[in-house]
Amino acid sequence: MAGIFGQFTPAAPEILLLTLLCVVLVVDLFVEDEKRTVTFWASLASLAIVAWSLLATAPDTRTIIFDGSYVSDALSQVLKLMAVGVVAVGFLYARDYLRQNELMKGEYYLLGLFGLIGMMVMISANSLLTMYLGLETLSLSLYALVAFDRDSATSAESAMKYFVLGAIASGCLLYGISWIYGSLGTLQFDQITAALNARPANANDLPLWFGMAFMIVGIAFKFGAVPFHMWLPDVYQGARSPVTLYIASAPKLAALALTLRILVDGLGSLHEVWQGMIMVLAVLSLLVGNIVAIAQSNIKRMLGYSAIAHVGFILIAVFTGSGEGFAAALFYTLTYVVMAAAAFGMIILLSRQGFEAEALSDFKGLNARSPWFALIMMFCMFGMAGVPPWVGFFAKLNVIAAVLEAGFPALAVLMVLASVVGAYYYLRVVWYMYFDKAEDRSVFQADVDTRVVLSLNGVAILALGIVPGWLMALCVQVIAAVY
Amino acid sequence: MMIGLQHYLTLSAVLFALSIAGIFINRRNLILLLMCIELMLLAVNFNFIAFSRYLGDETGQVFVFFILTVAAAEAAIGLAILVVLFRNRRSINVAELDSMKG
Repeated sequence: MAGIFGQFTPAAPEILLLTLLCVVLVVDLFVEDEKRTVTFWASLASLAIVAWSLLATAPDTRTIIFDGSYVSDALSQVLKLMAVGVVAVGFLYARDYLRQNELMKGEYYLLGLFGLIGMMVMISANSLLTMYLGLETLSLSLYALVAFDRDSATSAESAMKYFVLGAIASGCLLYGISWIYGSLGTLQFDQITAALNARPANANDLPLWFGMAFMIVGIAFKFGAVPFHMWLPDVYQGARSPVTLYIASAPKLAALALTLRILVDGLGSLHEVWQGMIMVLAVLSLLVGNIVAIAQSNIKRMLGYSAIAHVGFILIAVFTGSGEGFAAALFYTLTYVVMAAAAFGMIILLSRQGFEAEALSDFKGLNARSPWFALIMMFCMFGMAGVPPWVGFFAKLNVIAAVLEAGFPALAVLMVLASVVGAYYYLRVVWYMYFDKAEDRSVFQADVDTRVVLSLNGVAILALGIVPGWLMALCVQVIAAVY
Repeated sequence: MMIGLQHYLTLSAVLFALSIAGIFINRRNLILLLMCIELMLLAVNFNFIAFSRYLGDETGQVFVFFILTVAAAEAAIGLAILVVLFRNRRSINVAELDSMKG
């Protein structure tokens, strides 16, 4: 494969996914409503093929293709594989729920796959244009996905809020990009770095800072960092649970890629300038997320605020600007995605026809109903709270170690305090499950495969915490290979 | 007087600020909100074209084509959500979008 076609190889997974997606789209057109699970299995098969092609086409070194707009490296491989895996797991959890609620329409899976393409493009972006296109592919799929239950007024309302705020975020990001382009004359990350290093010492940096500030506002919106988090709790609550599962898991990987690629690949030499902004966002997210989550009675909304708090941790890890910090951010995101998938999987498991298990009180007495799944939910909560030896503990520990290494002890203290506050609302769920009487004793309706995968997902939170070494080593290795 | 880069940038900044203000001040009608979003993207396009002309580099103009395409898709999805919202609520008043709190 020499010449012009050779450069398509690193992008083969995306091209393959797009092709398979079109096939699924046509297949879905010809399936009758009762046999809609065909779409589900076709989507899973597509994801399996894409995962295989990711492994098969992995380049040994950092490869930049398409005239510098696309990059394939160790970081993109890890994030893409994880995204494909999480999307597949989410599809499986969603199946029974969609079938019971007469929402088995194919759109869920198709929009999910379109969103995945957007995420993969974002993860591999090497220029601001590619990043923007990936981001919009993802965002447009998500807006439609939130509104996908057409008869629900709350879904439509949260979709509208998400759409408007998301559009503002894209607008701010674009406005920032235009200023960066105007001051440096390029959109590619490596050329941006070169242009930044080549600029004269007495140059007027004001347009650069202006553009960067707008870009950070855009990033913060997409990540859901305070004070740009207004959409997040409403979307988590208003969307149907499988959609919330999708939004809460894989896009966080893409958001991490967005942050790392723009701020480190591109604007790495302006680290001292963006550090302050990121710190303010991170500290506010930690405080607001953890404190407001306590007041919630809706578990989806509570997990929304908890996601904001977790974003605070990830941003603090990025803020350090060191290799350890980036590795910690990667580790945190990868493990958080596993925990979020399991937690929302549990919410979906408890829901049934015409009933969303979204109140905290729906988890009361879960131990009496199903000791095993109460245990799985406990794993999720302990993992998110950061109780040792669950994996969330090591994720937080890595970030705190990186922050101490970078010389910010006050921040580390703040993170520990925020985690202690956060533990309260996670442990409250555990208390409800084990020490309260069940209000509803209905039997779970999920199929065997869903139960098995959900169990494995929950056990993974504990297993990764008992042997976190290999994953941490992988993260360090990936970051060392890229930065 | 020559019309230079700074004039274009000022106009674009004014348009951008107008659209942001429009989104946050308008409490009546969602359609106006969608129009403000379009205005915002057009303000960005203005910036890109001005810079592209100033730098003598076509990348900025290529970016504008992509933004225009995305803006069309975005408007389609926005209007689709608007239709769903109107069907369920019989209203497109921004101030009434408040069923979720906390």
